[in-house]
Amino acid sequence: MEQVEHVALLARLALTPEEKELYSRQLSAILEYARKLEELDVSDVPPTAHVLPLRNVLRQDQVGAHMPPEEALANAPEREENYFKVPRIV
Amino acid sequence: MDFHYLTAHEIARLYRRRELSASEMTVAVFSRIEELEDRLHAYITLNKEQALAKAREVDQKLARGEDLPPLAGIPVAIKDNICTKGLRTTCASRILYNFVPPYNATVVEKLMANDVVIIGKTNMDEFAMGSSTENSGFHPTANPWDTSRVPGGSSGGSAAAVASGEAVLALGSDTGGSIRQPAAFCGVVGLKPTYGAVSRFGLVAFASSLDQIGPLARDVTDCALLLQAIAGHDPKDSTSAPRPVPDYQAALRRELKGIKVGLPREYMGQGIDPAVRQVVEQAARQLESLGAVIEETNLPHIEYAVPAYYLIATAEASSNLARYDGVRYGLRSQQSADVMDMFMHTRSQGFGAEVKRRIMLGTYALSAGYYDAYYLRAMKVRTLIRQDLLRALEQFDCLLCPATVTPAFKQGEKVADPLQMYLADITTIPVNLAGLPGIAVPAGQAGGLPVGIQLIGRPFGEDLLLGVAHAFEQSTSHHKLRPQL
Repeated sequence: MEQVEHVALLARLALTPEEKELYSRQLSAILEYARKLEELDVSDVPPTAHVLPLRNVLRQDQVGAHMPPEEALANAPEREENYFKVPRIV
Repeated sequence: MDFHYLTAHEIARLYRRRELSASEMTVAVFSRIEELEDRLHAYITLNKEQALAKAREVDQKLARGEDLPPLAGIPVAIKDNICTKGLRTTCASRILYNFVPPYNATVVEKLMANDVVIIGKTNMDEFAMGSSTENSGFHPTANPWDTSRVPGGSSGGSAAAVASGEAVLALGSDTGGSIRQPAAFCGVVGLKPTYGAVSRFGLVAFASSLDQIGPLARDVTDCALLLQAIAGHDPKDSTSAPRPVPDYQAALRRELKGIKVGLPREYMGQGIDPAVRQVVEQAARQLESLGAVIEETNLPHIEYAVPAYYLIATAEASSNLARYDGVRYGLRSQQSADVMDMFMHTRSQGFGAEVKRRIMLGTYALSAGYYDAYYLRAMKVRTLIRQDLLRALEQFDCLLCPATVTPAFKQGEKVADPLQMYLADITTIPVNLAGLPGIAVPAGQAGGLPVGIQLIGRPFGEDLLLGVAHAFEQSTSHHKLRPQL
């Protein structure tokens, strides 16, 4: 349970007591199933993070057209002038 | 005339003969939606006014004798995790209930350049996480063949719309089988392209190294037409492969004589419904009668695909979904004393149970002390699975296996047990881990429900897959069966 609370904090999720209990049970079962991977010796196997051999795909560093602030901010839950407004931080 | 089950290529022919107009077709699709949507719930957002305006524009172009692309005036539905400028894109999540993208996904731009009519945004499992479309934050979608059953997921809305006549074509996305599994459950054709063959720009990310956009259609010809329209390199997507796009229509004319098809033993063993196994065996005999050479093969690490997938996919999801914090778009919780409080409450109120479960699992797998044991190990197992498939595909032109282990299951049957739901993707997941193309094609029925086969190809071998699928389809009549609605 303590571990579920710690992971929830890392994931920025405020869980109800019922959710904590449910996830604690379900995640244990899923991780138990995932232990199946321990059957394999993978010490000499390189990991695959990505299936394409693409590396450092960069575009030219040139000034181009960009989205006007009005459009970029159109979905903001709250704004002030050209800024996203959030509750006080300090 | 009943337009509901015409294919895109049939409709295009009628348009050019002036026997049908794009406006008539679009009106027919919306009246079908009006008739069925209460029972199916395939859509989240409809785009009626803009669709009718686009159809009128196409009709005017046709009247002027303009040379139009093959998909001009064809009603197409878009999965709701693909950004559409000015048209709400929710990912079936409460956290994005009000999000209106300021830009189009590249695939949408390409479809617009092809003059298609965009009907609306289809329902899905929230953030594409699920195998039944029951995890939508809005409403579950029903299977048109039996409304007490699921259409599959996560592109269940797209598959149900195409199967029922609520759209002619649809786009879906496939992270672990989310195009092929609902295609099989709904009796339509669904193709997951090779990773990098179709731009992911504007696709809301779930697991970036696995996600691909792909077509859902009523037959293989339509599937090839839609793939032709959306495939190709995109400089806006750093994971897009700089390769020329083959002529997929020409590829449909392929002869099967001498084609070598591998039948992996592991896919036909325990856990597969006997009726599904029978359909796959019949399909193998059918391909053989067309000249293909069928031989058994094996993929020794395939049994490790599901646990490896769920660690990798959830780890990527936990990172991708960190952006939903209530600051820039979407839901913002009002009960917040400070910024941290706002993040926590926004995410807790906005995400559904499955999304939270996966974020938790992914965060755990990436956290200090567990990274090596879970995430890194899963990525190494991914290598073994990819090697298995590539080795088999050196020997065979393509692989044949079931698209799903059972026909469509009942609503509520698996939703309370996440592990059971995850296992529903066992036949499709290896293809995503290896970045290969896979196509699901209707191949029979079991108890009145559609059953699909899956063909798996070499990287960027969509042309061969479409050719084999087309030859199979043209020699059978499974793709012509329609649900009674």
